[in-house]
Amino acid sequence: MSAFTNTATADTPGVAVSLRSRRGRVRPGADGPSMDRRQFVDRLAAMGATGLAAVLASGGVGGAVLGATRPAAAEAVTTGQKYRYGMVIDTRRCVGCKACMAACKTENVTPPGVSYTVVVEEHNEQAFDRPLFMTKPCFHCSNPPCTKVCPVSATFKREQDGIVVVDYDRCIGCRYCITACPYGARYFDFGEHYPATEPGQALAELPSPEYGQYRVRREGASPVGNVRKCTFCMHLQDAEGRYSKEEGRWPACAKTCTGHAIHFGDLNDPDSEVSILLRERQAVRLKEELGTEPNVFYLL
Amino acid sequence: MSEVTVERWLKRAFWAAGIVFVAIGVVGWYDRLRFGHLDAAYGSIVPWGLWVAAYIFFIGLSAGSFLISSLVYVFGVKRFEPIGRIALFQALITLTLALLAIWVDLGHMGRAFNVYRYPNFSSPMAWMIWLYSAYFALLATELWFLLRRDLAAGAQGSGGRARLYRVLALGTKDTSFEAAEKDRKVVKVLATIGIPIAIMFHGGVGALFGVVSARPGWNSGLFPILFLLSALVSGGALLMLVAAIFQGGYRRNGDTIVALGRLVAGLLVLDVIFQISEYLIASYGEVPGHVEGLKLMFSGPYWWVFWGWQLALGTIIPLVILFSRRGRQPLWAAAAGGLIALGFIGVRLNIVIPALATEEIEGLTTAIVSSRISTDYFPSLMEWLVVVGIAGLGLLLFGLGESLLPVDRAAEQAGPADTAEVDHVRV
Ligand code: SF4
Ligand code: SF4
Repeated sequence: MSAFTNTATADTPGVAVSLRSRRGRVRPGADGPSMDRRQFVDRLAAMGATGLAAVLASGGVGGAVLGATRPAAAEAVTTGQKYRYGMVIDTRRCVGCKACMAACKTENVTPPGVSYTVVVEEHNEQAFDRPLFMTKPCFHCSNPPCTKVCPVSATFKREQDGIVVVDYDRCIGCRYCITACPYGARYFDFGEHYPATEPGQALAELPSPEYGQYRVRREGASPVGNVRKCTFCMHLQDAEGRYSKEEGRWPACAKTCTGHAIHFGDLNDPDSEVSILLRERQAVRLKEELGTEPNVFYLL
Repeated sequence: MSEVTVERWLKRAFWAAGIVFVAIGVVGWYDRLRFGHLDAAYGSIVPWGLWVAAYIFFIGLSAGSFLISSLVYVFGVKRFEPIGRIALFQALITLTLALLAIWVDLGHMGRAFNVYRYPNFSSPMAWMIWLYSAYFALLATELWFLLRRDLAAGAQGSGGRARLYRVLALGTKDTSFEAAEKDRKVVKVLATIGIPIAIMFHGGVGALFGVVSARPGWNSGLFPILFLLSALVSGGALLMLVAAIFQGGYRRNGDTIVALGRLVAGLLVLDVIFQISEYLIASYGEVPGHVEGLKLMFSGPYWWVFWGWQLALGTIIPLVILFSRRGRQPLWAAAAGGLIALGFIGVRLNIVIPALATEEIEGLTTAIVSSRISTDYFPSLMEWLVVVGIAGLGLLLFGLGESLLPVDRAAEQAGPADTAEVDHVRV
């Protein structure tokens, strides 16, 4: 099956409508709870009624409330969603060099079997006159099925920028989220090493800057035994949650892409490169029929 | 072979299996606890494997045997009265095994408690754990009330068993008929509450898979129903085998085993019809992601799990036995029950794995060279050993409980007088 088989194209109403309707529309749950409700929930939690608080918190807003109170949520913004980060990937520009995969590995110091982005190859003579390459990070879906199934709200969508993160200290490693992601964007850290990162080697001590937590992988300690995924290199944001291409604070894959195929930016900003590309070119999203509303688009 | 020797032989085989299983299981558990998931064969494409299959296998047995015990304690079905207690005890043991199997599967076993601390009730898995906790408490309480009078009676003597009973009786001494009647009422209430809980959690296990729209092979409204049905079949089938070995064995429980055999056979036929419906609808739809899983199951490298294990061994042979004249002989019926229960391990494997073993995005498994990014999954030795260990622990716990606790008599026969008699029968 072609990865593109089940997707709508821009000239079908599917994408056009969803693109338009998304702009300015407030998605339920994305705007976060009101302050009153948050305070109420916090107070409940403080009173020891954690169970009840959690129930309230999970009603409709998933792990967002809980997430916002945790360090992994990194300076939660309380004013609701500010940015909606996303990618527009131009398959015509991708040459399949896999530099993004390597850059991602280097940036996030991921172990074997964990690749936050992969380049898949498509040879479909009928549809394309050349092989088609597609780099595939996490799509940071607007309606992510992966966060919904997490029994402990360890993985959640951040309200301030739409990035789907995993709280390594809370995740129990049940891998339910892997089964629920329709895009194969999640990986379990089995605790394996590359020869150069085996314990005892100097590289084994190299911390990963992920989530700004600078963890060094140790046997049995997070992130080993956790599910890991692309974070849009969230650790490169400034205190305001902004990236900067000029300063090099830009997702590693997009920064390194030799063919300039990966475009990254704020989909909420009509003047961002990604928004302009979406207006001017024909974009598709994968498995549109599942209603996940990915924030990564492909240009054909 | 005389009948007594058959029974003695069955019991010896039971204990031997328990001890051997635990002994080799220890190796697997050591490996798992020492090296984490390194020696497990699943990966990020097939993230769940043998342990999750074992978990739904055991939890199905538990729900099934509980529901059958409820036939006795709620609906007063006299036919199954002699196996009511053992059914309840079996439910408790298999629940424990299920929880063990899913616990060992966690990446961070030490954080299992997070499900209580930070539950996310939009996740079926969180619901499951909470319902299991309620169910566990309910099972233990119901069993205690069921045994209370016998425990109190047995506590009156001296010796190790009496001392144990004194502890377990929790200080109650009343062995009067009125007290026993009161216990029975409590049991009835608990068993009644337990029915919706059992239906909820086991239907819920089906839902745990059913809600995953990313996996077309699971995403079916039939799943919760299928899970309930197969729980009754597998739980009942195991109970047939258990009743042939314990609480007086097949000679005492012969009629019950045969009757249970009829019930199980009927339900199994229904289960098969449901499954055929599921397969036919899916094949007709030809939705690639869905059909791929089925193809894998029918003609993939592990085709024999379906054709040999699940269909021939676990369905056709036992059905032929149960519907033929042999089905009226307790030993044959019990053997059929054992086959069905065993066959359900295959059913569970085929629920978990083929639906996962497809690329969600074409080319995913060739984009990275890693054994963790592969659609091929066969449980590693360590995974098998861990499960064998869990099963062995189950056998030992069950055997110990059965021989130490007064689980082996129907309530109305209770009384200190027949302890000796039953002990004698058990040899
Ligand atoms: S691509 Fe997968 S992991 Fe990423 S947000 Fe969507 S469902 Fe979740
Ligand atoms: S593996 Fe971790 S993040 Fe994923 S569902 Fe389980 S607890 Fe949540």
